[in-house]
Amino acid sequence: MLLANHLGVLHSTLGTLAETFREVAARHGDEPDVRHICELLAQRIDRQAEQLKPVVDRYGESGEPEPSLLRDLQDLYALASFTDITWTVVGQAAQGLRDQELMDVVSACEQDTARQLAWLKTRIKQSAPQALIVAGS
Amino acid sequence: MDRWVQSACVLCSNGCGCDIAVKDGRIVGVRGRAEDIVNRGRLGPKGLHGSWQAHGEERLTRPLIRRGGELVETDWDTAMSEIVRRSQQLLAESGPLTHGFYTSGQLFLEEYYTLGVIGKAGLGTPHMDGNTRLCTATAAAALKESFGADGQPACHADIDLCDALFLFGHNMAATQTVMWSRVLDRIEGPDRPRLVVVDPRTTPTAEAADVHLAPLPGTNQALLNGLLRELIKRDRIDHDYVSAHTLGFDELKATVESYTPERVAEICRIAPGDLRRAAEIFGTSQRVLSTVLQGFYQSHQATAAACQVNNLHLLRGQIGRPGSGVLQMNGQPTAQNTREAGANGDLPGFRNWDNPAHVEELAELWNVDPLVIPHWAPPTHAMQIWRYAEQGSIKFLWISATNPVVSLPDLGRIRNILRQEGLFVIVQDAFRTETTELADVVLPAAMWGEKQGTFTNLSRVVHLSDQAVEPPGEARSDLDIFLDYASRMGFRDRDGEPLVKWKDAEGAFDAWRECSRGRPCDYSDLSYEKLRGGSGIPWGGERLYADGVFPTAADHCEDYGHDLLTGATTTPTDYRARRPDGRAFLKAAEHTPPPEVPSDEYPFLGTTGRSVYHFHTRTKTKRAPELQKAAPDPWVEMSASDAETLGLSEGDVVRVESERGGVEVPVRIGRCRDGVVFLPFHYGFQAANELTLTEWDPVSKQPLFKISAVRIRKV
Repeated sequence: MLLANHLGVLHSTLGTLAETFREVAARHGDEPDVRHICELLAQRIDRQAEQLKPVVDRYGESGEPEPSLLRDLQDLYALASFTDITWTVVGQAAQGLRDQELMDVVSACEQDTARQLAWLKTRIKQSAPQALIVAGS
Repeated sequence: MDRWVQSACVLCSNGCGCDIAVKDGRIVGVRGRAEDIVNRGRLGPKGLHGSWQAHGEERLTRPLIRRGGELVETDWDTAMSEIVRRSQQLLAESGPLTHGFYTSGQLFLEEYYTLGVIGKAGLGTPHMDGNTRLCTATAAAALKESFGADGQPACHADIDLCDALFLFGHNMAATQTVMWSRVLDRIEGPDRPRLVVVDPRTTPTAEAADVHLAPLPGTNQALLNGLLRELIKRDRIDHDYVSAHTLGFDELKATVESYTPERVAEICRIAPGDLRRAAEIFGTSQRVLSTVLQGFYQSHQATAAACQVNNLHLLRGQIGRPGSGVLQMNGQPTAQNTREAGANGDLPGFRNWDNPAHVEELAELWNVDPLVIPHWAPPTHAMQIWRYAEQGSIKFLWISATNPVVSLPDLGRIRNILRQEGLFVIVQDAFRTETTELADVVLPAAMWGEKQGTFTNLSRVVHLSDQAVEPPGEARSDLDIFLDYASRMGFRDRDGEPLVKWKDAEGAFDAWRECSRGRPCDYSDLSYEKLRGGSGIPWGGERLYADGVFPTAADHCEDYGHDLLTGATTTPTDYRARRPDGRAFLKAAEHTPPPEVPSDEYPFLGTTGRSVYHFHTRTKTKRAPELQKAAPDPWVEMSASDAETLGLSEGDVVRVESERGGVEVPVRIGRCRDGVVFLPFHYGFQAANELTLTEWDPVSKQPLFKISAVRIRKV
């Protein structure tokens, strides 16, 4: 069952995420709101890892899963999410500049990025149970 | 002749009311029921001959089991014990996701519902679908996307009342002959309605048309966007209806804006004047009836294009009124029930898999934990079931009343999947077929006339089919087989009582009535008693949506919808935010290039379809002498000019090849538009599906049978 591999990924990702929130908090100590909220969120992530622990104990925790369709789709989702937030960043600047052409490009493309994310999520949700529970057994 | 037994025909989706003649315990003929609202006594060639003549021929009468590589006769207990042993072993090892069920559009409602309960609440597998995925999935998908739930808005009487009839990718003269007779009554009678036919072939249906549009296969979406643009540009729109009863007009208008007649003509390779004339007919008629079938459903952008037909009607406010409406046609006689009862990619009673309250309703009805019912994603569609079997994660595949080794795309692949070590295959059929030969266990099933049950046709008309004769040998009804499996598996509800509480067809029907109560397909007012004598009865009344209120309310709808380009699902939150509240969706999509187009190496587009004389893979119709004599062998059709270019004459044997495989068949010259060739899909030898590709519509998941790039050479 590949669930153990994906639980392992989730567990270690939570650790990395909390750590990174703390690093960003430290690096931007001059932005008090950022520092404070990042620390708050990091603590909440610690609690998520605690909540996950009994389940990890039950299923075990294995190393990185092998390359697969599901992993590729997850990577695409991460990349598309980064594009999504970058459209947002650029779109905010477009509004500040009152650049109508750039605002139009952003608003059309943002919708298409939302479509990418929606499709990826749909396909990932469909694939995950078969891939994690029965494939390779 | 000893007696007549009431039934309806199961050789196409029209579902003609008929009586079965019985003499000395054998079926000896059929007659149409004059009082039936569907066919008024008429029957087609398949109904008259194919429905009953196969009964005595070459039937499976005992279960078969594979021993030492060969299928040998066995008894029911041995066959069922082997099935249950495998099933329980896999459940213990890896759980229910190892189990897949691939059923049909040929069983009865009671059988689908029973199978659905077994799969969804007994085993808890989402992997259940029918061959309805090949014929009717897009009809269901388009109805859900536009109107919030499945269910045909129009009825047969609309043929009598319309002043214009549009057939989209529907060769009615070949696929539903009795329905076509009703059309002929109109177009050859007084007060003739105008007829528009969209088909790349010059079929007899197209020959009767006022306007025949023959777009290149794969371009339907561009054509429909062009028709919609014409309606909008010429302001042939019922603005009051659109504002009161629809959502999405602005987006639709923006999407179709660039589809000028000239641009559409170039994409579809049609004359721009023909597009204008067709739009003029749609826009100036007061009572338009449209039908849509495989030319749209099995082609590129299937759901998107079928939704645009709904849009034409919504823009004109012509839906639910006498003579006006849409029939998103079914291909098979009982396909509607596969969809309703949850033996395909839907939950029973048009319930929404993404709505926890709907899942809770089922759990309460069946008295099981809602967690048992798979609802983390839509139920798995057939093409994905086959993929899981190919990858080895489905290890138990139960096929009932269908012959995928002839009917699925890319047959070489399908044969390899069924031959895989580690896949346990059960095939339940009345005859030995190309598929039974690859099974581990074959179960002999009773046919129509040998069992009791109900089914629902393309205009929601429900018929009761009573048992006329006993099944041959040890053959059993599909219902009895499923009940036996459930009982041997010991499926229980939360109180430890048997999960499946019925023992016969009427008991299953009564359970289904409760399941459907309050849902759009509400059968609670129907009973065997009411269905006996007289005509079949439609659920939902004669027409749906006469009041312009559609089942789109978030708590009621069957689906939250999809992005038509990718199939991405709309989230419950996004759906609710649009506040559909009974309004229909005008869903829009641009035209995109099809996944397979002609190339230098494969310069023609191959499409597949039906002959008037056969049904599906001919399991019944080849055993009816008149039908077999009329069309014994496959062929390929092409245009006169293409034949001349290739130096071919009528009857020359050619090899038709795609990247996937090839067939050798004689040429018929005529019917097709230039660049397009046609092959009937019925034949298990030189089978058209050797050529077709494994690719499907992103929303309905219906395979694309209509666009295979092929080359042709004389042999």
